[in-house]
Amino acid sequence: MIPKVPRENLLELCRRMLLIRHFEERLIHLHDEERFSGHYHVYIGQEATGVPALSCLERGDFLFTTHRNHGHLLARGADPRRLFAEILGRKDGYNKGKGGTFHLAASELGFYHTSGIVGGIIPLATGTAYAARTKKSGQITVCLFGDGALEEGAAPESFNLASLWKLPVLFLCENNGKYGAGRAVGAAQSPTMAVYPLTDLPATYKIPAKQIDGTDAGTVHVAVSEAVAKIRRGEGPQFIETQTVRWPGSETNWPVVPVATDAAMAWDVSSVPEAVREWYRSSDPVLIFIRELWEKKQATKEDIAELDRDVRKAVEQAANFALASPFPEPEEALKDVFA
Amino acid sequence: MRELAYYEAKLEALSELMAADESVHLIGGSFLGLSPHRGLFSAIEKNYPDRVIAPPISELGYSGLAIGAAMAGLRTVVDLGTGSFIYEAWPQVVNEAANAFYMSGGQTRAPVVFHVLHGIRGAGAAQHSHSPQAMLWNCPGLEIVLPSSPGDVKGLLKTAVRSPNPTIFIDHAQLLETRGPVPEGDGAIPFGRAEVKRAGKDVTVIATSIEVQRSLAVAEQLAREGIQVEVVDPRTVVPLDFATLLESVEKTGRVVIVDQCHKSCGIAAEIAARIAEEGFDKLKAPIRRVTTPDVPIPFSPPLEEFVTPSEPRIIEAIRSVLR
Repeated sequence: MIPKVPRENLLELCRRMLLIRHFEERLIHLHDEERFSGHYHVYIGQEATGVPALSCLERGDFLFTTHRNHGHLLARGADPRRLFAEILGRKDGYNKGKGGTFHLAASELGFYHTSGIVGGIIPLATGTAYAARTKKSGQITVCLFGDGALEEGAAPESFNLASLWKLPVLFLCENNGKYGAGRAVGAAQSPTMAVYPLTDLPATYKIPAKQIDGTDAGTVHVAVSEAVAKIRRGEGPQFIETQTVRWPGSETNWPVVPVATDAAMAWDVSSVPEAVREWYRSSDPVLIFIRELWEKKQATKEDIAELDRDVRKAVEQAANFALASPFPEPEEALKDVFA
Repeated sequence: MRELAYYEAKLEALSELMAADESVHLIGGSFLGLSPHRGLFSAIEKNYPDRVIAPPISELGYSGLAIGAAMAGLRTVVDLGTGSFIYEAWPQVVNEAANAFYMSGGQTRAPVVFHVLHGIRGAGAAQHSHSPQAMLWNCPGLEIVLPSSPGDVKGLLKTAVRSPNPTIFIDHAQLLETRGPVPEGDGAIPFGRAEVKRAGKDVTVIATSIEVQRSLAVAEQLAREGIQVEVVDPRTVVPLDFATLLESVEKTGRVVIVDQCHKSCGIAAEIAARIAEEGFDKLKAPIRRVTTPDVPIPFSPPLEEFVTPSEPRIIEAIRSVLR
């Protein structure tokens, strides 16, 4: 289903989902072209989680994310030029080239510190929540992490603190491994986690926890708005697990683009290689959302095609901006150790 | 000048900091360790019930909470208990707090203070006697403070809480009863200012924390033999006032470095390396270190005494560089 928001907001959600998709596909190509080094992770397949979820926040709220952060920053309105520049290690990057893909921070958007340690941000999120509650500022904190983060001790310790002290924080666990490798229907969720369903872990600490479909923008929007409202009312921490089906391009250690996304694939996947066609037909959250917009008469196929073209153009311009941005001076390495 | 005990000066600093700035929050309540005076902390708890938190035994969790709260504008002071317990919070301290400002490209400050009581406290055995300062010195982004006197603990704690950076504040349990002059008023001491605790022309002893007090006692004793020992205390190792240390070495030409870290890669090792690099031509004798040997801290009293950088060991080292 589509979120119950005005049409212009729906189109903006669609634009941001497409922006994430085309940004990440372009990024993979930049890596293939050896324009940047180092390992990296992309957000493809989770767009219908991040975009509607973060649209429920207010300006000034705190966000924490992990190594899989590009989509979260774009969902919140980050400048794709500065994102690309940071990932390419350039001077104009958000972190002056000192963070790279794992640590994209944009404090003006609420992203103060992005950790590449899977559970590293969970305690930090209780901290900004604690500060906001102390100052009665009304700000809430959203902590976005993957299912693997629950395997680190930081998660249960933080759930205990957040629950004991009723901290205004939403733990949003993006489980991108529905039907993933090593998992069978009715069996444990994963060969590395005894807790199943994952919501049992926060529930043990008396944190209300929900499991929802992360490929459905409307479901995400309803669940997150409700959770955010409860948190703002002072009801304490909430936990949501969103389930998505892993994008076939992320099955390997290094991401690969099996087919360049075109919005028209929402109606016709015949151009998609057969091996990955099923994912694009039934599990691609961006294509699902586009199809629903059209079915509900919120956009024509022409509207979508135009949006898709505009986004692609913006992504290309952003990539070119980053490629033209100079590298930092080497001595920059010695700055910013201390404030 | 009035005289206070170390524990009194420390409590006074905490009380004044709490009174002056409502963004200061204390997490944990054993700032005085197992000292018989630990109950005095309850006065602060009583005065500021909303700003003194007794957390569960979740060092990792509440250290991260303190870092996050500091990022959002509070001034958090975390008491982790003994120096050994900071290892339970290690990922948050060294991998989140220390890196935050740098890896965000200067966007995010984390003005948090982590307090521990380090070192050989007496029968602490291997898991309650650590001196984590040298390991922490290998984590750029952390300020490291090692007071040795009542005046210093008060003045340095003031600066630590007001600093915009994550700061590790390291006391020694055996310093708590030490008495000394403490000025009236704020008394803040800037970081990166070593102090010559006793002037002398024959040999420089660079010492930190409790070992400053031991070195001063040794200097007093050797003065009776006509040996003039200069005792220099860096007070903070990050930032390090190396110029003052080097100035003393230039004057005496002989140096002994005393601290409670293990010998390899310890505080003394780093200071010795820098003196060798930058002051080699001023040395009249090899540099000597008095440290804890590279073994875990044993329990039994004579074993513990044997590994402690004690007064007799400091005297032996001083005599050896004077030969």
